[in-house]
Amino acid sequence: MEEERKPLAKVEEIARGVLAGDRRSIAKAITIIESNAPEAKKLISLIYPHTGKAHVIGLTGPGGSGKSTLIEKMVREYRRRGKTVGIVAIDPTSPFTGGAFLGDRIRMQELSTDEGVFIRSMATRNYAGGIAKATKDAVKILDAAGKDMVIVETVGAGQSEVEIIKVAHTIVVVHAPGLGDEIQAIKAGLMEIADIFVVNKADRENADKAVIDIQAMLQLGDRETAWKTPILKTTAITGDGVPQLVEKIEEHRIFLEKGLGFKRSLGKAEAELVDVIKEIVANSIIEELKREGIFEEVLREIVERKIDPASAAQKLLNKKFGKTH
Amino acid sequence: MFDEEKVKEIAKERRRWEKTTLPNWVKQCPERQKEFRNHSGMIIKGVYTPEDIEEMDYMRDLGFPGEYPFTRGLHATMYRGRLWTMRMFAGYGTAEDTNKRFKYLLSEGETGLSTAFDYPTIMGYDSDHPMARGEVGVCGVAVSSLKDMETLFDGIPLDKVTTSMTINGPAPILLAMYVAVGDKQNVPREKLGGTTQNDNLKEFFAQKLCIFPPKPSLKLSTDVIEYCARHLPRWNPISISGYHIREAGATALQELAFTLYDGITYVESTLERGLKVDEFAHRLSFFFASHNDFFEEIAKFRAARRLWAKIMKERFHAKNPRSMWMRMHVQTSGCTLTAQQPLNNIVRTTIQALAAVLGGTQSLHTNSFDEALCLPTEESVRVALRTQQIIAYESGVTNTVDPLAGSYYVEALTNEMEEKAMEYIQKIDDMGGAIEAIEKGFFQREIAESAYRYQRELEEKKRIIVGVNEYTVEEEECPIKLLRVDPKIEKEQVERLQKLKRERDNRKVRAVLEKLHYAAEKDENLMPTIIEAVKAYATLGEITEVLRKVYGEYKELIII
Amino acid sequence: MRGERKIRVLIAKPGLDSHDRGAKVVARALRDAGMEVIYTGLRQTPEQIVETALQEDVDVIGLSILSGAHKALFPRIMELLKEKGLTDIMVFAGGIIPEEDMPELKKLGIKEIFGPGTPTEKIIQFVLENVPKRK
Repeated sequence: MEEERKPLAKVEEIARGVLAGDRRSIAKAITIIESNAPEAKKLISLIYPHTGKAHVIGLTGPGGSGKSTLIEKMVREYRRRGKTVGIVAIDPTSPFTGGAFLGDRIRMQELSTDEGVFIRSMATRNYAGGIAKATKDAVKILDAAGKDMVIVETVGAGQSEVEIIKVAHTIVVVHAPGLGDEIQAIKAGLMEIADIFVVNKADRENADKAVIDIQAMLQLGDRETAWKTPILKTTAITGDGVPQLVEKIEEHRIFLEKGLGFKRSLGKAEAELVDVIKEIVANSIIEELKREGIFEEVLREIVERKIDPASAAQKLLNKKFGKTH
Repeated sequence: MFDEEKVKEIAKERRRWEKTTLPNWVKQCPERQKEFRNHSGMIIKGVYTPEDIEEMDYMRDLGFPGEYPFTRGLHATMYRGRLWTMRMFAGYGTAEDTNKRFKYLLSEGETGLSTAFDYPTIMGYDSDHPMARGEVGVCGVAVSSLKDMETLFDGIPLDKVTTSMTINGPAPILLAMYVAVGDKQNVPREKLGGTTQNDNLKEFFAQKLCIFPPKPSLKLSTDVIEYCARHLPRWNPISISGYHIREAGATALQELAFTLYDGITYVESTLERGLKVDEFAHRLSFFFASHNDFFEEIAKFRAARRLWAKIMKERFHAKNPRSMWMRMHVQTSGCTLTAQQPLNNIVRTTIQALAAVLGGTQSLHTNSFDEALCLPTEESVRVALRTQQIIAYESGVTNTVDPLAGSYYVEALTNEMEEKAMEYIQKIDDMGGAIEAIEKGFFQREIAESAYRYQRELEEKKRIIVGVNEYTVEEEECPIKLLRVDPKIEKEQVERLQKLKRERDNRKVRAVLEKLHYAAEKDENLMPTIIEAVKAYATLGEITEVLRKVYGEYKELIII
Repeated sequence: MRGERKIRVLIAKPGLDSHDRGAKVVARALRDAGMEVIYTGLRQTPEQIVETALQEDVDVIGLSILSGAHKALFPRIMELLKEKGLTDIMVFAGGIIPEEDMPELKKLGIKEIFGPGTPTEKIIQFVLENVPKRK
């Protein structure tokens, strides 16, 4: 038994494996971008040209809404239709211990031996660029590997979850009646970006009321899009309503492709590009300032209330670039 | 129960004692811990006096044995009249092997049979199913068809013994097989006596052997209760279990509260079938663990009896006193057994068994000392049986009823158990009942927390387990022989099954399975059809498969 | 620490054994020690376990079993790991496994077997010290 792991295959080899759909390569590729290894940038650059084919679905909702069961049924439906599926299931990292319990795939375990399905669990960690970026990269890998659908699943609890879900083309928000938290608990951010609402556990008494509540909130909202956000009912345990959901998602994909889609894609690309630029620029400037020994001092001044952060930033940048900013 | 004036005096004296005698003593010899708590988290005082139970009324809270609220015992004479049933859980390998073990135990003085089934059987798989690979006959007996059941009870007259079957999801099927064997022996059905565990609710958060989702599982349990009420008057259709809840990590209090709540749920679902409470409640039975904290366990058993009696009377308006009886079987706790210095387990089991006896159990299983390592050998199971016999015949505790009644400590603890259990019951009521609570993960969360807390206490040495985190022995020799199940068994079982399927009337089997499918969809009581199916030698797996198709399979909710 | 490597551990319950108290307590302890723990739930086949380990690119697998079926299931799991080229994953086991079975299991490649009563601290230390180093 070897004590150490075999050396990581070269990035090119892994990229080739991803493009060929090799599962081991896909797994290793995701690990590379998760750990922000120096190879990560190279890896993404190699596979990026082959992305853009998958339909990315974001699925979120409060705990207890039956998301994982719903996804399992959705995946079976997609498989029935001959589609391959990649799933990224995201769970929170404990802020205290840095560890995470990744239990989403339990509901989908039977699918793990299906060749056409790839499931990966990710923790929110403290990624460079945030979990949204890591998710985007994982999605790119699955996309490049040839998956027709990529489903991103998170618990829709905080603001970062809203950021994650923006990775997707089609955003599905799942709720279930009688969860204790009212519909109002659907974060305002989600309300605005949801493309499809699902009321799961529709066999329960107050399911219809939940639909009405969501309808009311949608009307209050400020969305002026050509896409009328539908509210579907499903009973994930039995699979009722799932084919209809899959149909609706497909409808949305067609809608996107017909024009609004490209505009959205441009918007997404811009957002991502700007994020990356910001990150690179900020990192390099701060590195330099630290090296020059200015950074710590300014931090102290801010804490001692001698200067406010915005002015401090301006001061530092002026020092760096002269008074052009 | 006490004179008010006298109690005031005692209270005064207590305060004096706490200011003078106690501190002097503590100065010389500080207490071993800052505070003493039992497993349920209750604070244990240094000394108990009548003050601690001054609100008690003898007739209201204790009464006489054999009378409401039954705190002191179900029967007027308890063990003076008849000892508890010594019922040792057994089962491994083939039906033939277990048949031999049954006969051995009966000859050594056991008074009731108790059957352990292997994992595939418990999960509704035949021995030749792919999921059964490596598990056939390993931790229980493999029963895939009526043929196996006939072998299991070969030479054992079903009108002379009572048999407990630890089976939940497939309980209707195993009961049907037992009935079929009785029919073959020409024993009238009214004479068949025994118990099927048949408690599907606890599977979802404790034993985890669930096949179908919660609602259909509750339905199947209720089918059995209803069928027995109408056709098998001597059979205990259900053993509402706290044992597994406890083993999964719950505290004594949680074990008590959750078990009682399950009981409430089963009563409610049976009432919905149109039966009256006094038609079936007298046959409901319970199954608890007996753990290490001696007095906590005794308090738990007494509180259970009193609380169930109250629930049956006040919540369900039972009229027949027998409907208010909490008849219990107790098993000494498996999770307290250690692999280290296994002979110590004999001592643990003795203390736990004694608690069960002082708690007034009707039936008792004692674990064997090697069970943290393996299934028990003949020698070790004999020691476990002897433990019960020594308590029964040599210790003298059986010579009077409920000897600990009146102990200020035991009564105070019993009262606290009851009070806190009622709080839990109220909470679950407010949540909407057991099924709601299961789906919300309530029980699972409570148990996971207690389990984790217990482990932390062990690792921080707040709780000592002798031989494990204290008084350990470095290089231990394993002095005991371990029981090994022959892997040949799986092969033989598979062959046996294949032979059966060749020789039976397959057309008849197909027809009855279809009938079953229809009955399940129509939501009928499935017992009669299942009896028909087993008599046609449909296998356990085939019958379960039909039900799986109708009800779906359960996917667990994970909470760590 | 931005984007650092975390230790990913798969805790698996092979076969029909449904006792998960230990597996869950260990999973939680490992999480509290800063690891990412993937738990498969009950009743996993060897194929499901190995495939999960592959997709999740785990560093360590912990197998929990109390039913005695380890003699049939563990060899199959180790065989599949070899087939899929996953021999660099460190595998440990826990539950009810008689001492006389341990040498054979270790020969298969299972690094350590923890019996009942093992403190979680010991398991955490073991994983930290024996997790395969990645280059």
